[in-house]
Amino acid sequence: MFRFFVRRVIGAAVILLIISAVTFFLFYAIPRDPARAFCGKICPPQNLILIRHNLGMDEPLFVQYWHWLVGIFTGRDLVQFGQCDAPCLGYSFATQESVFSAIIDRFPVTISVTMGAAVVFLSFGIITGMIAAWQQGRPLDKIASTTSVIGASLQIYFVGPIVVFFVVDSMGLLPRPSYIPFTEDPLGWFVHLLIPWVVLSIIFTANYTRMTRSVMVEQLAEDYVRTARAKGMSSRTVFLRFAWRGAMIPIVTIFGVDLATLFGGAIITEQTFTLHGIGELAVRAVQNTDLPMLLGVTLVGAFSIVVLNIVVDVLYAFIDPRVRLA
Amino acid sequence: MTTVTWDREPATPRGPGPFLSVRDLSVQFSTEDGIVHAVDRLSFDLEKGTTLGIVGESGSGKSVSNLSILGLHDKAHTKIGGEIWLEDQELVSASRSTLERLRGNRVAMIFQDPLTSLSPYHTVGRQISEVFRKHKGASKAESRARAIEMLDRVGIPQAKTRLEDYPHQFSGGMRQRVMIAMALVCDPDLLIADEPTTALDVTVQAQILDLLKDLQQDFGTSIILITHDLGVVAKTVHNVLVMYAGRAIEQGTVQQVLREPHHPYTWGLLASMPKLNSNVDLPLLPVRGTPPSLLNPPSGCPFHPRCDYRDLVGPDLCSTERPELSPADGHRDACYLTLAQKREIFNGKIKERL
Repeated sequence: MFRFFVRRVIGAAVILLIISAVTFFLFYAIPRDPARAFCGKICPPQNLILIRHNLGMDEPLFVQYWHWLVGIFTGRDLVQFGQCDAPCLGYSFATQESVFSAIIDRFPVTISVTMGAAVVFLSFGIITGMIAAWQQGRPLDKIASTTSVIGASLQIYFVGPIVVFFVVDSMGLLPRPSYIPFTEDPLGWFVHLLIPWVVLSIIFTANYTRMTRSVMVEQLAEDYVRTARAKGMSSRTVFLRFAWRGAMIPIVTIFGVDLATLFGGAIITEQTFTLHGIGELAVRAVQNTDLPMLLGVTLVGAFSIVVLNIVVDVLYAFIDPRVRLA
Repeated sequence: MTTVTWDREPATPRGPGPFLSVRDLSVQFSTEDGIVHAVDRLSFDLEKGTTLGIVGESGSGKSVSNLSILGLHDKAHTKIGGEIWLEDQELVSASRSTLERLRGNRVAMIFQDPLTSLSPYHTVGRQISEVFRKHKGASKAESRARAIEMLDRVGIPQAKTRLEDYPHQFSGGMRQRVMIAMALVCDPDLLIADEPTTALDVTVQAQILDLLKDLQQDFGTSIILITHDLGVVAKTVHNVLVMYAGRAIEQGTVQQVLREPHHPYTWGLLASMPKLNSNVDLPLLPVRGTPPSLLNPPSGCPFHPRCDYRDLVGPDLCSTERPELSPADGHRDACYLTLAQKREIFNGKIKERL
């Protein structure tokens, strides 16, 4: 177990290093000069040079990247903005706020949106898929399968405004989506995020329904499931304890892969419902050619996905005794 | 590689009525290509404490007919006709809950590949004890003790500690022992073994067969042994049923069928077996042709397209009318050749090749 963690942490560090480097160097492939944005409308060339120097942009790219990287661990002194304590991700070119504290502020919003949606689509998708597999070939299965094809094509930015119009504006069933910290008002947190969760999870629910159904049907044809039936286990036990156990493995695998898609979906969801999360930061950073913010958001997004994937790998060992963490 | 050897005298104890009686069993699957006649009017009896070997090529209906004893076929696509009597209980028409109470309890089954047939997600101890708990209402501790006893009984060393192991931590032979322990945990009256040794190497195969024989002597279990290996048949069974295209084509005691077979297909089966003491340059003699499609089985005797002797019977009898098993008792076969002809052909041409 310990060796597994050491190996995975080293692997994760290498991945994060590569992602940040690629983002950093790609940024400079964009033909835009962030120093110009600081300089104002009338910009004498000597000012521009000074700003570039203060931003550290007159140094070679590799040196700049190195400073940025070291800054995360040791903090650094930025001429333009002053002292930046570790973990230092720099200051936004656009808003001059600290990238790290901006991300920390907004992190709970994005985590609430994504994890809440994950709970919604995992429970609904898996339950519907299991019902469809149980009722294989019968009307309920056909309804579930057809609905999931429709659901899989409902996009967030299309469904979101419609749901808000009916549920919030016309019927007044739920408040307009916004973020209320869980620690302040758990119930408020829940009702204000319910619409974003449901809307973000529609496509996922549909996909997990279809996937759960097909892996369950596959598992039910396995030899060991037949053995369980031959032992006289009731059909419910066979279904829930034997077939479901085997079906969990592909579902967990796909969930690991889907995490990145889920964060992508969160960006669209935050835009659709004007929630102030990391997704919104990311979109703004791209629009403003805001390198420190872009790097910070990318790094934090990648970090979350890498950590959650380690969690998924640990889950494997619990589900399947043939997997040993070594 | 196996050879037919005799290592026991025939023993066919007879009870008052047959313990298991299969009457005119038909199994049909509906598939996209049409209806598969997997089993066609199959009848056989099994006496208490004896072993019946069912022999035949792949797709001859051996496994299917036995899965239907336990109702393990796919109900949505299968049509079953005929009757299966286990003592005074009819099984084809039995309810799901009746069958569930029966499975693993009075009738148990072991399968070909113990690796895929055991759950990889549960310890062997749990897989064995849950059967005992379910059917005998035993407590956790009782069923655990019973599982240890069974593992010990089938010859797994350190049964107590191995209880916590998962199937992938056992070797192939040990896994099949686990499977047998699981099947016998409730002292079933009938054990259906579907090619139990096919996935094992020869030495382990012999151990497993010996184990089955010992257990039968101790518990008086009746066994149906499904196999395509005639060596296994010779070693373990009392009676033999040869199946072809979903039908029984020859039936008798193991000596009768192996020493003096009557049906041309049985001759072919025996002649196609490799022998240890024969010349290695001598080619094997396969049964001519390929097994028939069960979507559209041949008319008359299903073996007639592959049979070398059908001209002896007459111009079209074999291809038009289905031969029934005859005589009514003892060594029976479904072939129109006269007994004298069968003896003559067998003694003249076939025997030397065996």
